[in-house]
Parts: sequence; structure tokens; C-alpha cells
Amino acid sequence: MSQTVLEVDDLRVSFPNREGGRTEVVRGVSFNLGRERLGIVGESGSGKSQTGRAILGLTAPGGIVTAKRLAFNGIDLLHCSPRQRRDLRGGRIAMVLQDPKFSLNPVMTIGQQIVEALQAHTKMSKVSNREARQRALAALESVQIDNPERVYKLYPHEVSGGMGQRAMIAMMLIANPDLLIADEPTSALDVTVQLQVLAILDQLVAERGMGLVFVSHDLRLVSTFCDRILVMYAGRVVEELSAGGLAQAKHPYTLGLLNCLPQLGANRHPLPTLDRRPEWAQ
Amino acid sequence: MGAVNHQSIGLDVQHLRVSFDGFVAVADSSFTVQPGESFGIVGESGSGKSTVLRAICGLAPRESGAVKLLGPGPQPQPGSKPFRRLVQMVFQDPYGSLHPRHTVDRLLAEPLAIHGIGDEQARIERALDEVGLGTGFRFRYPHQLSGGQRQRIAIARALILEPQILLLDEPTSALDASVQAEVLNLLETLRARRGLSFIMVSHDLAVVTHLCERLMVMQRGRMVEMLASGDLAAHRVTEPYTRQLMEASAGFRRQEALS
Repeated sequence: MSQTVLEVDDLRVSFPNREGGRTEVVRGVSFNLGRERLGIVGESGSGKSQTGRAILGLTAPGGIVTAKRLAFNGIDLLHCSPRQRRDLRGGRIAMVLQDPKFSLNPVMTIGQQIVEALQAHTKMSKVSNREARQRALAALESVQIDNPERVYKLYPHEVSGGMGQRAMIAMMLIANPDLLIADEPTSALDVTVQLQVLAILDQLVAERGMGLVFVSHDLRLVSTFCDRILVMYAGRVVEELSAGGLAQAKHPYTLGLLNCLPQLGANRHPLPTLDRRPEWAQ
Repeated sequence: MGAVNHQSIGLDVQHLRVSFDGFVAVADSSFTVQPGESFGIVGESGSGKSTVLRAICGLAPRESGAVKLLGPGPQPQPGSKPFRRLVQMVFQDPYGSLHPRHTVDRLLAEPLAIHGIGDEQARIERALDEVGLGTGFRFRYPHQLSGGQRQRIAIARALILEPQILLLDEPTSALDASVQAEVLNLLETLRARRGLSFIMVSHDLAVVTHLCERLMVMQRGRMVEMLASGDLAAHRVTEPYTRQLMEASAGFRRQEALS
């Protein structure tokens, strides 16, 4: 279980700013990931998504990624060839994005998209169209879609948010990745659907022994789902917690994130808000 | 335009039914919101909760049923201009509900122009102040604002007409948890200051019970249960569906996942 899938040491991502200098949005993030569920929590702009994107090599043009070490199963990601990186991306490292409405191709049916993902990441000659179709249907079934034949033929606009998100998970998992990066995979979904999608992710991670990086702004949700949590603020990890250790959180930012959520049965008016202190970013 | 009315106004909806091409989105929904009350509607996507709001303000066709304002003296009829001024809506997605090529100033001037209200300068400045943004934001475009700031602009746009009823369609679900707290606090302050009535739609039970005194749970276009927030906080619910929503808001539980 302790086998390391991903090593990140002193990861930094910077973008050019208007003054002609560079703004660092991720400032020295380090962690090791085994076959476990790691949560990265923070507000918008804390650098949590950029961390996930840098691992995958999806940093927007202009962005510069540096690290003392960024390695996946021993492969140095920053110094390998673009071709090797491309093979890894989507194949052995996969990513689930936030909103299925924007991240699925609107002019391809869901089935076609899954087949495309499969053919891109397996040796094309070995998979016939018919087999590809069968495997796509099986993938849809594995994310608990009741009628895969029907969903296979639908376009993204014809399915609900929860269904679209499941289709995306199916697409990401069809190449059997070792590492899944999920960037707010449930934020666009209803509470009840959220839990279904999480249950599916959880089951797949457990069955296939993947590593999972789960990026979210919802600390409470992450704490119930992940084994370990990194709390990020202004591009840095300000606190690391074990999932059960939420009660032991000490950093004022973590406590602020926990407190600002309305809770059933608690009568707090007004809700406490975060007052962000510049020294946290130091 | 008549004098500004700061009297709280309620809303009565009886046997509302909305259908689209034979698909019944809302079937026979009735509820009353007392003047100054905050009322919540909870349900998952497709339960018809947003359609109820849209039918009240005329964005969705009412097939049958009656919508009526409750207040002292005669109140305007649904669909009339004075009604539209009194009942304003804030939409879910601040990224989609603001015109990307209009400045904040123009976004806020538009409702004033439609309703023929003068004194734009002062009103826009006051509206921005009221949502805690200040006049520095006046000539920015939506893409220059954060999600929370955009939602504040959307709230300012609704408030600039001095409505008495705000229809809130998932006003915080597109926002970060920390920003959500700020917007919820803002809504509460505004309600206390102006005696507003709220009808708030959300799929998050915790948010609705925080802001609303009473709430209605909807599923597949029908009302499942009507509750006081206190009942929910004390876990006094009768319907299994409400219980399911309640448990969902507590977070993920692995035991359930494996069963």
C-alpha cells in the first residue's frame, strides 16, 4: 500500500503578470502519494487546481512549472519527452473535470467520446470497433448507468449533470489509469447525486488500487471522503490533516473554512466569514 | 411610478401547474409566504423547484393555478409592470446571468430604464454600497469580477428596483464555501433592513435551513413535505425522501457506498 505513485517536491507554477514580472500561483507544494485518496482543499485562487494541472502537464501557455522533483512511478515528468508525457496523460494519469457541460464534446455522442478515449490510449490495431463499443458499454455500466445502450447514443446536452459526470468518469477510467486527478468532480451536482458519484469513485479507486487526488473547496465533504487532506492557501500548503483528524485542525484558515459552512441544527447568524491574514501567505 | 412601498408583501400560490410539451414540470403546488417571511424550496435537479420561481415571475408559462400578492390594500396582478418591479429574481449562475459586454454601470441602469425610474446615478451608487462593493466597481466588466462579486452585482440589480419579494434561485451554489457565507450574510442583512420576503430555491438543506424559517421539499414536480426549519434541525422529518436529503448534507459515508 505504501508504494509511491506520485512524488511532488517543491512544485512551483508561475504566470506572467501585467507588470512584466511573474506571479507564482503555486509556491513550493510537496507531497507523496501512494495508492490512497488525497484531498487538496482551498478557495478559488489558492492554487489547488493549478497543482492538479501541473501534474498532468496541462498548465496554460505562458505558465512555467518548476519542481525539485515531479515524478510519476519513477518517471521524471518535467524532463521526459513530450511524446512520453502525452502517452501518460489520459492513459496512466487521468483527470475528471468540474463541469460535464463544458468538458464533454457537445457534437459527439457520449459513446463516440468514450471509444475515442479508448482508441487513443490502447494500441488501435488491437481493438476492433466492435470490441471498443463493448468496452465503452461496460465502462458506462461500471459507473452505474442503468441503460448504457441508450446513453451511448446520447449527446452531452441530452443527459443530466450527474449522468454527464458519470460518463466522464467512465471515459477517464477506460484506459485503467494508475492515478486519477479529480478537479471538483461533484461541485456542479446535486447533493444526492454528489454522493452517488463519490460512491462510484470510491469503489473504483478501491477496486483498481488507483491513487486519487481530489481537489475541492468543500472541506467537510473532502474530510469524509479522503484519507489525507492538504489545505492550501495562496499557493502554499498551510496544513496537512489525516481524514479523522479534522477536529485537531489548528491553522486559523482551516478552522475558518470549516466554520463558514451553514450546518443543520446550528443556529449561527450571521455566519462567521474568513478574515484572510497576509501572514498566512508567508 | 407610485411612491416607493416599504411595506412587506407576501405571496400566495395556489394549485400551480406548469407543463412543457406535455411534460408536467410542476403539478399542483400550493404554498403561502407571509409578508416578511423567508421560505425555502428544496429538491434535486428536475424536481421543478426552479420552475416554480420562474412561473411566479412569468418566465415559465402557468398552465393553471393562481399567484397573488398578499399585503395591505390592492396589489398588482402577476405579469403587470408594477408586479415585476415588486418581485425580482436572482439567478444561480453569476457567470451566465450578467451580460459579458456590459459594464456594471450599464447592467444596473437597465432595470431603471425599463421601469422608467430616474435618478440613476444616485441609485446605482447606493445599490453598490448596499451590497458592499463600493463605487470602484462601477465601470468594470463582469469578467473583471470574482464569482462572489458577480453574485453581489446580480443581487444589486434585483434590489435597485426596491422590490419587496426576492426570488433566489440557488444564489450561492456556484460559489466557494467561504464566499457563500459572505453572500448569505449579505442577504440576511438586506432582508432585515428592508423587510423583504424571500423565496429561496436550493438543493442544499443546510443553506436553506440557515436562511429560511419554513421550507417545502419537492420531488418530481410535487410537494413531498412542508417543514419548519426547526423541525429539520431536530431531525423531525416524516418523509423518507427528506431524510435522504438530510443524510446527504452530512457528507459522504463509506458504509453506504459499499452496501
